[in-house]
Amino acid sequence: MASSPSYDLNRVRAAARADTEVNFGFWAYLMSDVVLFSMLFLAYVNLSQRFAGGPTPADIFSLHGVFLETMALLASSLTFGLAMVSLHQGRKNHIIGWLLATAVLGIYFLWHEVSEFVHIIHEGASFTRSGFLSAYFGLVGTHGAHVFFGLIWIATMVAQLAIKGLTPPIASRLARLSLFWHFLDLVWICVFSTVYLPGILAGGSS
Amino acid sequence: MSHSDDATPGHAPTARGYVMGYLAALVLTLIPFGAVYYDLMSQGAILLVIAITAVLQLGVHLRFFLHLDMSQEQRWNTISVLFSVFTMFVMVGGTLWLFYSLYARHMMIGY
Repeated sequence: MASSPSYDLNRVRAAARADTEVNFGFWAYLMSDVVLFSMLFLAYVNLSQRFAGGPTPADIFSLHGVFLETMALLASSLTFGLAMVSLHQGRKNHIIGWLLATAVLGIYFLWHEVSEFVHIIHEGASFTRSGFLSAYFGLVGTHGAHVFFGLIWIATMVAQLAIKGLTPPIASRLARLSLFWHFLDLVWICVFSTVYLPGILAGGSS
Repeated sequence: MSHSDDATPGHAPTARGYVMGYLAALVLTLIPFGAVYYDLMSQGAILLVIAITAVLQLGVHLRFFLHLDMSQEQRWNTISVLFSVFTMFVMVGGTLWLFYSLYARHMMIGY
């Protein structure tokens, strides 16, 4: 409680409510993102067997790699949640600590994903190779781009917290960032359940 | 929608809630990955396990991480999710139906 003496904690907590106009508006944006991702998933399901003689999912996906990515992203949801608990307790330094932990896990996830992409492209299987690869890079790349922008947002909020302290406007922005970050983990559940696990499964037993 | 200038704190999330959600999500992740890794069941059964645990885990995330419920604070968020899910089913279901029907009519063997 001691780290933000100049602001009433109740105003900070009120700014982080889900039913403020800005936070509901951001939620409406996320719902439009649901539509975007469902169309990308649809394209993937339709094109997932169109290999055009190129590699199949079992040739390029690694269960081990996807598992590590999934664990990192899930753990980052927990650390972001704990940042929001610290917000409600008014502990600025704890929020910064949990945000940094979230960023480290997010960077680990993105680094893994980018090296996976580089590896696939080096094998001559870029997004121009087949319908399957176009849909794969389109879907997983869009999710990765969201994570990238989420990381920029986290860095921005850490800087704002450090410079301005835990003010009501900053608490309001953190509430939206938490929605964004948890939403990305939600989309990732759909990604590994639709793309990676069925793809690896189909290759394993044939 | 009228709380922006209030000092009403709203529902405070707890560390216990996040840890419980994390553990539930962890179990629901380990089950499908384990099913694919150990490959003990038929392919259809494993796909069913993947689908069921995915839906359950989506519910866990919505409840424990995004705090959706029918309380005053979350009501409109929840209603907009329900509308989005409805929209998604119409678009995804309708398009899949259309494409598979098209493939069937063109007798594209092997799809």
